[in-house]
Amino acid sequence: MRALQQCLTLAWRSLVQVRHNPWELGDYSIQPILFLVLFLFVFGGAVAGSTEDYLSFILPGVIVMNLVFVTVYVGHGLNSDLTKGVFDRLRALPIPRWAPLAGRILADMVKQVLCILLLLGVGFLLGFRMEAPWWGLPVMIVLLLAFALSFSWVMVLVGVMSRDPEHVQLFGFTALFPVTFVSNAFVPLETLPSWLQTLVALNPVTMLVDSCRGLLSGGPVLGPALGALVWAAIITAIFAPLSVRALNRRLMGQGGAA
Amino acid sequence: MPAAIQIADLSKRFGATQALAGVDLCVPEGTVLGLLGPNGAGKTTLVRILATLLQADAGEARVGGFDVRTQAHQVRELIGLTGQYASVDEKLTGRENLILIARLLGFSRADARDRTRSLLEQFHLLDAAHRAAKTYSGGMRRRLDLAASLVGRPRILFLDEPTTGLDPRARLDLWQLVRGLVGEGTTVLLTTQYLDEADALANEIAIIDQGRVIASGTAQSLKARVGHRNLEVVVRERDDIARVAAWVSRITGRPADIKGQRVSAPAADPEHLPALVRALDEAGVPVDELALRGASLDDVFLSLTGRRAGPGPDDAEESA
Repeated sequence: MRALQQCLTLAWRSLVQVRHNPWELGDYSIQPILFLVLFLFVFGGAVAGSTEDYLSFILPGVIVMNLVFVTVYVGHGLNSDLTKGVFDRLRALPIPRWAPLAGRILADMVKQVLCILLLLGVGFLLGFRMEAPWWGLPVMIVLLLAFALSFSWVMVLVGVMSRDPEHVQLFGFTALFPVTFVSNAFVPLETLPSWLQTLVALNPVTMLVDSCRGLLSGGPVLGPALGALVWAAIITAIFAPLSVRALNRRLMGQGGAA
Repeated sequence: MPAAIQIADLSKRFGATQALAGVDLCVPEGTVLGLLGPNGAGKTTLVRILATLLQADAGEARVGGFDVRTQAHQVRELIGLTGQYASVDEKLTGRENLILIARLLGFSRADARDRTRSLLEQFHLLDAAHRAAKTYSGGMRRRLDLAASLVGRPRILFLDEPTTGLDPRARLDLWQLVRGLVGEGTTVLLTTQYLDEADALANEIAIIDQGRVIASGTAQSLKARVGHRNLEVVVRERDDIARVAAWVSRITGRPADIKGQRVSAPAADPEHLPALVRALDEAGVPVDELALRGASLDDVFLSLTGRRAGPGPDDAEESA
């Protein structure tokens, strides 16, 4: 019970941080909205024939892309705690060892939900209407969070291995841009060269985007959703142990002459 | 008196570096132990082991009677940690930082608010309570840091180089705060590179060098152990420095230390002073200052290690 309260307190802390760092909030909100609006009006006609048709195609794409980028803040925040000594202060307190990490990831989940709802709201204002049954929405959110949770482990590892928070950010943008773009988030799979189609079809971002499209506008869900969950399981199985080991190693290697 | 901190034969190695090579220490309850040594001596490693942040390779350490390895959770209930590595969250306000710690320690919302308010008041941070800590000056940040480590009223407090980088005024303020805590019965382990800081705050001083305690005792007994005083002369003309240094070292029988125009050497015999006066007088060398001073902790360190304490230009950061 007490551990849960401590975990919630640490999540509160990560969320309050945002209040004093509005630029971070801009990263989660203004940036994806900008992407959505720009892509919609610039590419809509070329890709889908009209902006109306393109909106229901691209909205899930932007939601998933943003989901992946927001996880960068797990690594960024963890790294800044490690380099600035906040992590040590927390570790010297009588709280469970996993609480700082769990609190951070919990806060990240809250941010994720807010971002998803924000983007859906903007989509609504632009004319998007859900065509699938209502329960598609909560299912979509749960599916997205499940994937975000697993992908957070990748960012924990990056956060632990990076020298400073700026390097985490750099990784976030250089490695994650191709991963999100080499997918069907913004263009239909069929328009891509065939060798790229294979790659794109295997990308978990594609599977997530397809599931979201199905859950919001109708279409196949089970296949892509299962694929995304298998990816989530694989990522967690690989990166969770790697991250924990790297974290322990980093913590144990500190304090002596370098 | 029961021991607040008891350390036996503690050692720790990082790769090729032996950070601690068998440290024994005992800090009685309600006293201040000053751990004195240059960068890289192993001070921070020792504090991190005692604060349960790091595990020793061998040896035993007990804090408040609890083993730091097997009873880490109980140890964490007792301690406060302020230092180079344990720091406040720059993105939170001063008040939020303290609330965070209080809530993590199990304070209710109302108790957390009360405790935070009284600490902010005590540490003169009320005016800055609602500003993000990254906007604080160095002195304010250290005060917040110290306040954060005191939220749970720890019985044992670790201060790892608490005044490094502070201006003299902020340093004195912090010393005053530490004295207040000790007056209330808190046990303090203080690491420092500054001899005057250990001299001003500590009941007992342990000098640590290359992972070993090379001397310990009260400041008085350490100074007495060196047993000598220092013959010091400030030469007026630069051209005379070499000449005067030669006399000083002939008279005292020890190599002279030259810093700017100040020439000094340990003097075992009070007769060394008049001897130097005669030499200077005969040659007509003008001086600005001439004295026989009691040993400082600086001298103690120098005589024990052959090196000066304190930060030097070639000192690497203790941990990268």
